[in-house]
Amino acid sequence: MDKGFSPVGLRVLVVDDDPTWLKILEKMLKKCSYEVTTCGLAREALRLLRERKDGYDIVISDVNMPDMDGFKLLEHVGLELDLPVIMMSVDGETKRVMKGVQHGACDYLLKPIRMKELKIIWQHVLRKKLQEVRDIEGCYEGGADWFTRNDEAHLLGGGGEDVSFGRKRKEFDFEKKLLLQDESDPSSSSSKKARVVWSFELHQKFVNAVNQIGCDHSKYVGTLQFLSISLPLSCLLHGSGVLCLAEAGPKKILDLMNVPWLTRENVASHLQKYRLYLSRLEKGKELKCYSGGVKNMDLPPKGSEFSSVHQSPGKNSYAFSGGSSDPKQLASSSVSDPSSDVHMPPKAKKTRVEFDPPISSSCAFDSLLSWSDVPDPLESKPQILYGSSFLQQQPLPSQSPYVANSAPTLMEQEMKPSYETSVNADEFLMPQDKNSTVILQDLDLSAPSAISSINVTNDTESILRSLSWELPESHHSGFIDTDLDFSWLQNEHFLANTGVQNFQLQDYSCSPSLLSELPPHLWFGNEPDEYTLMVDHGLFIS
Amino acid sequence: MELVQMQKSLQDYTKSLFLDGVLDSQFLQLQQLQDESNPDFVSQVVTLFFQDSDRILNDLSLSLDQQVVDFKKVDPHVHQLKGSSSSIGAQRVKNACVVFRSFCEQQNVEGCHRCLQQVKKEYYLVKNRLETLFKLEQQIVASGGMIPAMELGF
Repeated sequence: MDKGFSPVGLRVLVVDDDPTWLKILEKMLKKCSYEVTTCGLAREALRLLRERKDGYDIVISDVNMPDMDGFKLLEHVGLELDLPVIMMSVDGETKRVMKGVQHGACDYLLKPIRMKELKIIWQHVLRKKLQEVRDIEGCYEGGADWFTRNDEAHLLGGGGEDVSFGRKRKEFDFEKKLLLQDESDPSSSSSKKARVVWSFELHQKFVNAVNQIGCDHSKYVGTLQFLSISLPLSCLLHGSGVLCLAEAGPKKILDLMNVPWLTRENVASHLQKYRLYLSRLEKGKELKCYSGGVKNMDLPPKGSEFSSVHQSPGKNSYAFSGGSSDPKQLASSSVSDPSSDVHMPPKAKKTRVEFDPPISSSCAFDSLLSWSDVPDPLESKPQILYGSSFLQQQPLPSQSPYVANSAPTLMEQEMKPSYETSVNADEFLMPQDKNSTVILQDLDLSAPSAISSINVTNDTESILRSLSWELPESHHSGFIDTDLDFSWLQNEHFLANTGVQNFQLQDYSCSPSLLSELPPHLWFGNEPDEYTLMVDHGLFIS
Repeated sequence: MELVQMQKSLQDYTKSLFLDGVLDSQFLQLQQLQDESNPDFVSQVVTLFFQDSDRILNDLSLSLDQQVVDFKKVDPHVHQLKGSSSSIGAQRVKNACVVFRSFCEQQNVEGCHRCLQQVKKEYYLVKNRLETLFKLEQQIVASGGMIPAMELGF
């Protein structure tokens, strides 16, 4: 993938009930050197998309179609497949455009459409890919963002074009305005159901409930200890953080939250989103590690134990530790263990790993993360151990060469807003639309203590409050699953999965120094009772 | 008629369509899309437009002829026609549709009937003109000539 992103051969699916437009668009897209598939019916389009999940890069769809509302199609595509979708219409009313944006469209074109507009649609595909990387990298703060920038430049063909970060922020702000407008405009609701606003407080309750449930499962500590024996030290740093929500379905969470007006469905969809958010973080981290752009990943010699496999930009070079430097080995071992796959989520694709086809080594993550029947964004997408990836990458003070770049003076709090907003925009408001994110270049992760602080700061809180997005409930009806199996992370402690015999670690190669710095008592789970909110849910807003 | 003259006639004729507002720049875009791999692109697209529009106009007439007009049915048709006409640059048809839609919004049956007439009128006009244009082109090609590229300087 580091040969750069090329728009040639971009696989476009065009959906329009107007045969004239369909023909014209086909011709125009072909002139852009794209690979075009046309479709006159929304249902047909969905069928095509589902049949070949990785068969298309981007969907362009008209808004008004007889068999299905274009917005509905947009929702489906975004949720199930996480492809960028461009809406088209001859009608350019602000309300319509807003609706498109809210449903996750990455662009809204007005007919008649010009060639120049089609020539640049590939940017949406690229942006989405990069966004996913960035999301994860956001956790790393520090070196992450400039890595991304380098990577982006690299992908754009040698750093020629300047992917305008400032513009992205503007896009996001614009979007935010639209959304806030929509909040106050009840008539523009696209869903018949009442929307749940996951405010900061509500989310806090949610997380507390989840944690509470987790603490009850002390049995997992035993598992952890088992794992600690069989797995390299790098894997299990912490036991008390092992929180497995195997039994914590939305119902339980709902009960604990004690919010009368909240429904199980609300909680379930929120859980879903959170899980996906975490998985996206994780995935980005993986991608970051493996992609060719890992320029500043300067593994200290101690890293020998944590065999980083990102030696090449090759697909399967996820940095897995586990005492094996062979990613395939890791992958196959994980795959070969059926029991650990009990929570292998089904393959309802919600997001896409854009860089490459499913990476085999990432199967390890699947087993690791055991999210029971939550649809898997991608078969290869690890469901995250939120804190782990995030925190592993946290260089301990003065340790990691990784954050060499970051301005030490920047504090996490300052940085949080931009990151959070990007996460918000990306993850929880419109999971399908990841384009409008703030660049994470501002993030500085050089303050690991700040990062590792679990407590959401005041700044964070205020930001979260201001970004209380509404989530249309209708988005998630298809994806609610009852049993989710979280592995929560605690700061600086890596949390292992529960039922994992072939536990695969993530990414310790990135900062092996981290492990060596951790006090031994934190390893192997000695404090099952002590459980604080580990997840920096300041990063999570829905 | 000499080839050169035919070509000139074609150019003038095409120009007049633009000047009269019957066609807009979208039509030029279509012409630019035409290439060796698809030498009949424009006429194919226009033919599709005619077929689709005939159908839409038919549906429109039917829905407006009902005892009780269901504007929820009428409006989508008009919207469709608006979209279609924008595809080939049939500007006047598109504009007539815009007016039509506002009458639909007002639920003004009388107004809608008038609009339908206007839309039909504009539609047949552009259909007629385009058919003439294609005939001219065919004559040129039959005489061994090339269709002159449209000058955009007018």
